[in-house]
Amino acid sequence: MTIKTKLLPLMIAAALATPAAHAAKAYISNEKDDTLSVLDLNTWEVVETIDVGERPRGIALSKDHTKLYICASDSDTVQVMDLATHKIIENLPSGADPEQFALHPDNRKLYISNEDDAIVTVVDTESHEVLAQIEVGVEPEGMAVSPDGKWAVNTSETTNMLHWIDTETHELVDNTLVDQRPRHVEFREDGKLLWASSEIGGTVSVIDVESRQIIQKLNFEIKGIHPDKIQPVGVKLTADGKYAFIALGPANHVAVVDANTYEVLDYLLVGRRVWHMEFTPDKKYLLTTNGISGDVSVINVADMKVERSIKVGRYPWGVVTLAD
Amino acid sequence: MLKTLLAGALCALVSGASLAATDPLQVSIAYLGQQIDPGPVLSNIIPEPEDAGLQGARLAITDSNTTGRFLKQHYNLHEIEGDDPQQLVASAFDLYSRGIRFFVVNTDSDTLRSLRAALPADSLLINAGSRDDALRSNQCVDGLLHTIPSRAMLADALAQWLIMRRWSRWMLVEGSTEDDQAFAAAVKRSAQRFGGKIVAEKAWSFDTDLRRTAQKELPPFTSGTEYDVVVVADERGDFGEYLPYNTGLPRPVVGTQGLMPTGWHKMIEAWGAAQLQSRFEKQSERWMNEKDYASWAAIRSIAEAVTRTGDNSSEGVRGYLLSDNFELAAFKGRKLSFRSWSGQLRQPIALIHPRALVSSSPQEGFLHQRSELDTLGFDEPESPCQVAR
Repeated sequence: MTIKTKLLPLMIAAALATPAAHAAKAYISNEKDDTLSVLDLNTWEVVETIDVGERPRGIALSKDHTKLYICASDSDTVQVMDLATHKIIENLPSGADPEQFALHPDNRKLYISNEDDAIVTVVDTESHEVLAQIEVGVEPEGMAVSPDGKWAVNTSETTNMLHWIDTETHELVDNTLVDQRPRHVEFREDGKLLWASSEIGGTVSVIDVESRQIIQKLNFEIKGIHPDKIQPVGVKLTADGKYAFIALGPANHVAVVDANTYEVLDYLLVGRRVWHMEFTPDKKYLLTTNGISGDVSVINVADMKVERSIKVGRYPWGVVTLAD
Repeated sequence: MLKTLLAGALCALVSGASLAATDPLQVSIAYLGQQIDPGPVLSNIIPEPEDAGLQGARLAITDSNTTGRFLKQHYNLHEIEGDDPQQLVASAFDLYSRGIRFFVVNTDSDTLRSLRAALPADSLLINAGSRDDALRSNQCVDGLLHTIPSRAMLADALAQWLIMRRWSRWMLVEGSTEDDQAFAAAVKRSAQRFGGKIVAEKAWSFDTDLRRTAQKELPPFTSGTEYDVVVVADERGDFGEYLPYNTGLPRPVVGTQGLMPTGWHKMIEAWGAAQLQSRFEKQSERWMNEKDYASWAAIRSIAEAVTRTGDNSSEGVRGYLLSDNFELAAFKGRKLSFRSWSGQLRQPIALIHPRALVSSSPQEGFLHQRSELDTLGFDEPESPCQVAR
């Protein structure tokens, strides 16, 4: 580790000389190993395993890509890892049992779901001050902040709602009732639409952000798999607005959806109990975390094929990618 | 703020209820718990919690109020507990006359029948205590729903797993109480359904203190024939705890002890269950059990119906619960719903030993045209019940 720090200036120089993203990496949180796996996106090998707090789940990059925020759920903290050294440098006051979070475009306000306490905690990542705690429904889970920074949206799994939080006032101003056990919310890049998965309901709702009403509900059907086992969790939208990828949990498939017509185009077989997803920095691949099989599947976005799977730790949960 | 919240409530409003501009919609639910003395047992080291069921009801009320806040709905619980059935019926009727229509009932089946007979038809009763198969098959009670699994569901869950393991030769050891006999009958039914063979059936009637003599008494008692497992039917835990490791042949013990089928247990942690467990433990300072889960599911079902329809009438709720629209996310990995014939909540059944979850039924490969969950318990053609009528 120390060698690496010393070499850092050299590496930066090297990176500047060759702008190709040779050392792009993915960080994967392993819920049952209390570790992060670091995956080299060039060689597709796990190059490092980092010990972190207990039961790491949601992970997110700072906007300047120098830090990684880690929800260490059973340690009741959000850890801050320096991406240059892979050392935990700070613990943020997160409230109890943080599971998922989202960072405001201002790079300061972090919105954290506290699953056990039915609240959302807002923390200033610089001053470490708790700016607000907002009461939401039972088992808050998914979090997203709109691209314009106006809305923080939280999903509550047992209340079955999306809670709309005004980021100026930190007041909860509206609720959208969706199907059973909403898990994840994802804004379209222009901020006009919000996609929300309902794990037990088996559906994905597309919500018009202005009216906060559901405008479309997606259903999924895979031959040979009982409908009850099709349980949408992670959602990712391509930057060009053409496709949505929906991770279907124990159905072990990712649905590819036309994001304009809402037609399901294909179902891609991945590892077991697929959870969350992220694009590689060059947008060529989509990585999926597969909880039960303990691996990451790699989907080639251009030809919509699963190219490989890579063994990581036990119960991989979250994934972020980083161009170096 | 008020305006947006109300708008949300109005969106959810489909039928029936009137909604005043300021008053929250009130939903009053009674919990009726009968404390049943199981009599003296040989294995009495870990007693059952006295508030089994009640704590689950309390948690469901808290959960429902957290949700209700956003829709201007308020849930409250009236707790009645006692050991005298007549007193329970009288208290229930008193609550009815004060306007309460929802009753979560954790009693034996006789008391449950008395309650149903005493309470007018517009009251909705949900059985969260009795596993009695008769209530789901040949002695149905009009309009009654069940959230606790029946003995048939438990035995079927166990049988599927035994067949999947190819352990089909069963020695059945049964205690002498009515409940033990009922569990043994459920095991025999499951054997027939799934192809288990009861190679020997033994009644346990010794009254020795097994803490001292298990090693001596039980091996010869479970000898004399070849078998794959011993299935024990000892619901109150009189002798069954001493069977594992004391069988004549080196075989597992399953049933009411050993590997047990159950609606809920501390060892269930997947599918978000860890969150429910930790909420429960924070509230109750003990582990959540099957009775707690059944009461929790009963109240969550009522609340889910009110949330989706905005209707707090017992007819409205009952209609919604028995409709195709109802689905409950309840930490078992798939949506739960009520069977329209028997009023039974469809649910996966966990197979546990005291320190681990071993499996969950239905097992793969046991197929059903409607839902694999209907391979557990009395299916529509096997039950003359028509509670949804």
